[in-house]
Amino acid sequence: MEEMKDIVLKYVIKEYIEDEEAEVNCDTPLISSGYVDSFSMVSLLVFLERKFNIKIPPSKATPEAFDSVNKIVALVNQYIK
Amino acid sequence: MSNIGSYEARLKEFDWSLAKNELGYRDEDLINIGWYCSDRICLSGNSEKTALYYEGFGGIKKQYTFNDIRLASNTIGSFLKNTGLTNEDRVCLFMDRIPELYFSFLGILKIGAIVQPLFSAFGEESLYVRLEDAQTRAIITQRKYLTRIRKIHYKLPHLEYIIIIDHDKTKPLEKNEIPFSLEKMPQIEEMNIFPTRSESPSVLHYTSGTTGQPKGVLHVHYSLISQYLTAKWVLDLRDDDIYWCTADPGWVTGTSYGIIGPWSMGITQCVLDAGFSAQTWYKFIENNKVSMWYSSPTAIRSLMKAGDDIVRNFNLSSLRHLASVGEPLNSEAVIWAESVFGKPFHDTFWQTETGSIMISNFPGMKIKPGSMGKPFPGITGVVLDQKSFEPLNEPGKAGLIAFKPGWPAMMRSYWNNPIKYNEKFVNGWYLTGDKASIDNDGYFWFIGRDDDVINTGGHLVSPFEVESALLEHPAVAESAVVAKPDDVNMEVVKAFVTLKPGYAPGPDMELDIMNFIRKKLSSLAMPQEIEFMDRIPKTRSGKIMRRMLHAKEWGEEIGDISTLEND
Repeated sequence: MEEMKDIVLKYVIKEYIEDEEAEVNCDTPLISSGYVDSFSMVSLLVFLERKFNIKIPPSKATPEAFDSVNKIVALVNQYIK
Repeated sequence: MSNIGSYEARLKEFDWSLAKNELGYRDEDLINIGWYCSDRICLSGNSEKTALYYEGFGGIKKQYTFNDIRLASNTIGSFLKNTGLTNEDRVCLFMDRIPELYFSFLGILKIGAIVQPLFSAFGEESLYVRLEDAQTRAIITQRKYLTRIRKIHYKLPHLEYIIIIDHDKTKPLEKNEIPFSLEKMPQIEEMNIFPTRSESPSVLHYTSGTTGQPKGVLHVHYSLISQYLTAKWVLDLRDDDIYWCTADPGWVTGTSYGIIGPWSMGITQCVLDAGFSAQTWYKFIENNKVSMWYSSPTAIRSLMKAGDDIVRNFNLSSLRHLASVGEPLNSEAVIWAESVFGKPFHDTFWQTETGSIMISNFPGMKIKPGSMGKPFPGITGVVLDQKSFEPLNEPGKAGLIAFKPGWPAMMRSYWNNPIKYNEKFVNGWYLTGDKASIDNDGYFWFIGRDDDVINTGGHLVSPFEVESALLEHPAVAESAVVAKPDDVNMEVVKAFVTLKPGYAPGPDMELDIMNFIRKKLSSLAMPQEIEFMDRIPKTRSGKIMRRMLHAKEWGEEIGDISTLEND
């Protein structure tokens, strides 16, 4: 679980956080803060599905479910076989 | 009783002088939007009235009176002038929806310069193209966006001033970077406002077309006349309203109706600078007692998706009037709003080029869910035959939406592009590029674009721009971009690509290309889906048959394929 969080957090920081001074951790709101907008969510979804070899139903890939690394990992864990 | 009263009565007696009289403006007078939105309101006895309630991420809240925004815009305007900026210089605003953005908008106008607001999610390529085209002389920004600006600065010789409103003193400044802090500057009580006139340039917004680079749409200070009156009659803004326009000032809605319309009327407005969530939005409406709400169909559909139960957790009884903008409002959304908020959203139609609302559902007028409504009084709106460009008189017949030129907020030019500008006017009509029909009662019904521009979440994206950017990806050989239907955003970008030898299709490649476009252009332009093909369908003369790909996405008949290149 911790390794998964680390993977997701590193990816989010690399791909979506341009502000070098931003302090982002696993609880930092990503969508509601504006770091990741709704249009960018699709690329994050593709990353998660590919990285963890899962399929997340579109109805579950909501802004609320993606709003922090912890929430993302909780969602991913629901679909890992 | 609404501000407009009887729409039919207004039609009979309409003249733009009504707005001018209310604003105290006479033809040939000096007119400056910055002054009208701040100083004039103070002079009318409302200096202590709240102009802006601001809420940032993390619950940061600030409140400003009209006198505060007058002083702040004076201070910023004076700073810009002392720095070396002068009238008609282009000054870009590249910031989040923070108070300094709104004050700077007015301050730039007060010195007679041209304000160029750009969406802060634009990647470096999108930003570069727009700054280069406008030969922008200054950009006002935040330190979080410096990395992006520094990457393109070397190829923008006209960009002399990069003004950072939240500079960190511990970090070094690079060439042309200037720190600015509104809190630390002495407030400027009196300022010589530049003597702009009705045709003096004011705002430069960029909009995308099917082909070519984005176009700079130039407006003038006289646009205030129709922006003021449409805010009053369509949005029905009243003295005691708390108004929320959800649009970012990087787009024309966020300036025409997020700054100029409401503040020229002396209306209190609130701004939420946070990402979307239904919970956050409803809480914002409840906390601020929002009474007039102007939003987008994409946002409304996102709220619908969040469900009705969540609405019941909030007291939204303050809501008096709702309107929407950016794309056609589907009838389900109109009906849903009536059931959960007790009132419908009123669809409004206009464009960057029109500067103010052109067709609308008006307060008190019967709404036909799914209809655009009727032309604003003073606007002659028709649908034209697509071949003859003559007005169609047959109800229900599809044609090109067109307006008789000459309303106050009509764009005056495409920046440095007179050819494209002149193409917008045919047979004495301004062509919108959209298609509709008009029913027996005079209501307009949207059909679609007349070109290939993608309208995603209310924002126009050029397929050409995305295709060009795709070709810059090292793996991409050919690309074609079309709109794909989407439940929430109406349309999203879909790309079809072929890859160069040595590159393999698959989810990794799809992700790489998505991120490439997102950073280069914007998240709006990022393809939400990429389909890898062996070959892109083309005509024998080599032209991409975009319409085939489009038809496939929309489940439509593909049509004539006699010119399709054979295998």
